[in-house]
Amino acid sequence: MKLDCKHVWEHISEYIDNSVDAKLREDIERHLEHCEICSAILDSTRNILILTADDRTFELPVGYSERLHERLAKELASPEQDSDDK
Amino acid sequence: MQTTGANETELIARILGGEKELFHDLIRPYERMAYLTVYSIVKNETEAEDGAQEAVISAYRHLASFRGEAKFSTWLTTIAINEGRKRLRKARGAAEDSIDELAEEKEGDYTPAPLADWREIPLEALERKELREALRVAVAELPDIYREVFTLRDLEELNIVETAQALGITTGAVKVRLHRARILLQKRLVPFLKTMAPARRSFFGRAR
Repeated sequence: MKLDCKHVWEHISEYIDNSVDAKLREDIERHLEHCEICSAILDSTRNILILTADDRTFELPVGYSERLHERLAKELASPEQDSDDK
Repeated sequence: MQTTGANETELIARILGGEKELFHDLIRPYERMAYLTVYSIVKNETEAEDGAQEAVISAYRHLASFRGEAKFSTWLTTIAINEGRKRLRKARGAAEDSIDELAEEKEGDYTPAPLADWREIPLEALERKELREALRVAVAELPDIYREVFTLRDLEELNIVETAQALGITTGAVKVRLHRARILLQKRLVPFLKTMAPARRSFFGRAR
C-alpha cells in the first residue's frame, strides 16, 4: 500500500518504538526513502528523544542524593514502626 | 532499565532479613527515577525532592509487601506517582481533581511540524544548552497526562507495559498519550531548531 504523509505521522511514535508490524514498517520505510519532509520529522522527533534521555537535560538538584541517603540513614536507625502506615 | 534480577531479589531478602543498611544500595540506581517521577507531577524542585524522599522512605517501610509481580523499579515508580499526586492535590485543592481526565477527550492538533532544513542543523546543535532549556520548558508545559507518560517512557525509559502498570492505565492509553506528547514536543521545538540552523550557517560563513 502506498502511504501518504499523514498516515506516516500517525504511526511515527510506534515506528520509533519499533512496535509497528512488519508490513507497515516496510510501507513507512518505502515512503521515507522519497519523502524529505517525513524523514526530517522522524529525525527531529528521534533527536528530541535522544536529548530527553541525556542526563544533562533533566538534572537533579545539587546535593539531592546526599540528602536522600542522610534521611534514609535516620529512618534505618529508628526503631521499627510498621504500625504508623498500615 | 534495570530488571529485578537475582541480585536485587537477594538484596531485598537480606534487607527484610535484618540487613537494613543494604537498602541504601537497593535504592541508589533508582533515586534519579524517583525524583523525576515526582517532579513530572508537581513541577517544583523542592516539592519533588521532598516527595522523592517520602516515596523512598515509604518503599522502605513497605518493602515486605513487595511481592515481585512487577519489577522493583515499577513498584517504586508507582509509590512515587502516588506521592506526587498527593502533593499536587494538596496544592491545587480537591476541586480540580477531574481536570486531567478531561484532557484525554480533548481533540487537539497532533500533527508534527514540517522542517525542510533539519538535515542542515549540525549534530553539535544538540549539545547547546539553549536547546536543553527549551526542551525542559516544553516538557513542563505538556498537559499533565501526557507529561507523566512521556517522563516514565522517554526519560526514565520504562517500557510500555511498565508505564501502564505504574500509572494504572491501559497500554493503548500509554501509546496514544506518548504519541501526542512526542508530537507536541516536536512541534514546540521545531521553530527553535529553525532559528538555530541559519545562525550556525552564517557563523561558518564568516569563518571561511
